[in-house]
Amino acid sequence: MNIVVLVKQVPDTSAERTLAGADHTLDRESADLVLDEIDERAAEEALTLKEDLGAEVTVVSMGPDAALEAIRKVLAMGADRGIHICDDGLRGADVVTTARVLAAAVRTVADVGLVLAGNATTDGQASAVPAMVADLLGLPQLTHARELNVDAGRVRAERETEHGETTLDAPLPALVSVTEKINEPRYPSFKGIMAAKKKPVETVGLDDLFPDADGTGFRTTRTRVVEAVPRPARVAGMRVTDDGSAGRRLVDHLIAQKLV
Amino acid sequence: MPDVLVLVDQDGERVHKSTYELLTAARRLGEPAAVVVGTPGTAARLEASLARHGARSVYAAESAEADEFLATPAVDALELAVGEASPAAVLVSATTDGKEVAGRLAARLDAGLLIDAVDVDSSGVVTQVVFGGSYTVRSQVTHGMPVITVRPGSFEAEECPVRAEEKKLTPPPVAAAACARITARRRAIAGDRPELTEATVVVSGGRGVGGAEGFRVVEELADALGGAVGASRAAVDAGYYPHRFQVGQTGKSVSPQLYIALGISGAIQHLAGMQTSKTIVAVNKDPEAPILDLADYGVVGDLFAVAPEVTRGVAARRTGG
Ligand SMILES: Cc1cc2nc3c(=O)[nH]c(=O)nc-3n(C[C@H](O)[C@H](O)[C@H](O)COP(=O)(O)OP(=O)(O)OC[C@H]3O[C@@H](n4cnc5c(N)ncnc54)[C@H](O)[C@@H]3O)c2cc1C
Ligand SMILES: Nc1ncnc2c1ncn2[C@@H]1O[C@H](COP(=O)(O)O)[C@@H](O)[C@H]1O
Repeated sequence: MNIVVLVKQVPDTSAERTLAGADHTLDRESADLVLDEIDERAAEEALTLKEDLGAEVTVVSMGPDAALEAIRKVLAMGADRGIHICDDGLRGADVVTTARVLAAAVRTVADVGLVLAGNATTDGQASAVPAMVADLLGLPQLTHARELNVDAGRVRAERETEHGETTLDAPLPALVSVTEKINEPRYPSFKGIMAAKKKPVETVGLDDLFPDADGTGFRTTRTRVVEAVPRPARVAGMRVTDDGSAGRRLVDHLIAQKLV
Repeated sequence: MPDVLVLVDQDGERVHKSTYELLTAARRLGEPAAVVVGTPGTAARLEASLARHGARSVYAAESAEADEFLATPAVDALELAVGEASPAAVLVSATTDGKEVAGRLAARLDAGLLIDAVDVDSSGVVTQVVFGGSYTVRSQVTHGMPVITVRPGSFEAEECPVRAEEKKLTPPPVAAAACARITARRRAIAGDRPELTEATVVVSGGRGVGGAEGFRVVEELADALGGAVGASRAAVDAGYYPHRFQVGQTGKSVSPQLYIALGISGAIQHLAGMQTSKTIVAVNKDPEAPILDLADYGVVGDLFAVAPEVTRGVAARRTGG
């Protein structure tokens, strides 16, 4: 059985993010890029299951050249092989295109039992790509899982959302997205890092994934940003140091501002 | 005028407020048509309140198993309704479930997906706040039908009584191999407080609250202000307060009139979920805490001294004292 894990490289959230160019896309060049922290947990879950189920783990990432680093990191953690989807035609890809491309890449892997993903990336905030990939592949979606069990050809997950918790059950093959609560990811060992350099990574483009496309134009995006305005940074307003009266003064302030 | 489909958020008995907001937003783009997915009889129970908020048609996608599977029944129903109505757009609440349903619909239809809109104009251009509030962006769909997820609380729900026509949809039977079955459900207990994402006042506690009992202080202030309670991730991780109240990058995004942070340092991931609040008040005993750099009103002090004092003052004001 093969397990596929979808990982994305994202700007470090502690760094400032900017939108650049006429098309207002994320300025990835100027940002520090890291493997998304929740995706790291998806990888950890894949590697735990690899040991339990005797599966092979393929890590898939769509992104520019630098995304190879994210793939290498997961290989260093213990994954077996990588697929790097890298194509200039994917610059500015929207969520639908991202999902289509990822689904196409998963289809190139034989005997897939499980697809693992993070539940939300820190840059996209779509929180929809995994469900969309599941739909395109005709797989059950067990998304936002904070706990996961795979056993006897079935998968069970505890899904946690703002409306409470649900237990989900489905047959394999299935797609699971995990929350940051699922596990603590391992650190790659020195041996792992050395071994990762020799593990196979296939670089694929749109022609490889969609050989039947007629070439008249792959649709990269269905939406357009017409305007992007930086919001003015917030600045500190009034500040008081409590001398026993701060509570009282805050109430007066709230009343004056008509907030009470 | 073309139809605009609205996926109804409901619990079988009641329509959630976010749906009325969607119906209000839908009127800017066309004629609101509500899509109800549930067990037989659900649409009939909800029809009157949907009509009161402007739904001219109510599509009923009902089946005995509608509530037993995750997301798929709603995606199937919307796909069918799109086929019937050829709508100008589909609106879905930007909840965890709603985002997934909208995304899957867009993937099936090759439609344009606009995420987390806080405003929509009559030409279909939506406003979004991205990167934790650092940019305001206006976007539109350039190909296919717009599928728009709307952030709860962004629109003021308005009544607009009309007569609704019920239309039956016949959803396909669910393919068990392609769907996750819901085998148990533990609903979040709503309680008397407003929903976090809908509240006009949010009072949040962080690690500084020190423990689950300490959250009483946070709750009492929230209750005095008629607000919701939130928590930082550190407070949630330490078990002081349940996860569903987490505010921030990996929790809820809130944008209330008043946000009060008690014992929260103001990490960038927390700010991502609350910095679009109208007024921010912070109480922190560390004068260097980053939250004080962006608070409209910052108190350097012990939250256990300051917050109860505020609670008393607000309560006195409320009772006219
Ligand atoms: C991928 C990722 C996602 C994350 N997502 C989120 C998220 O969604 N939401 C979130 O909140 N965080 C998130 N975080 C965590 C974030 O980085 C911070 O660790 C967290 O917000 C800190 O919470 P805190 O402010 O409560 O705790 P601390 O940083 O420990 O701050 C506690 C504060 O309380 C003050 N204090 C202590 N005692 C008192 C007292 N008696 N009176 C007044 N003040 C007192 C202290 O001075 C201090 O400033 C995320 C982190 C990562 C890596
Ligand atoms: N470009 C990408 N390459 C690989 N996986 C991705 C990509 N974009 C999204 N994903 C997966 O989908 C998850 C959720 O992303 P999103 O829906 O964008 O919040 C991520 O945590 C990844 O597992």
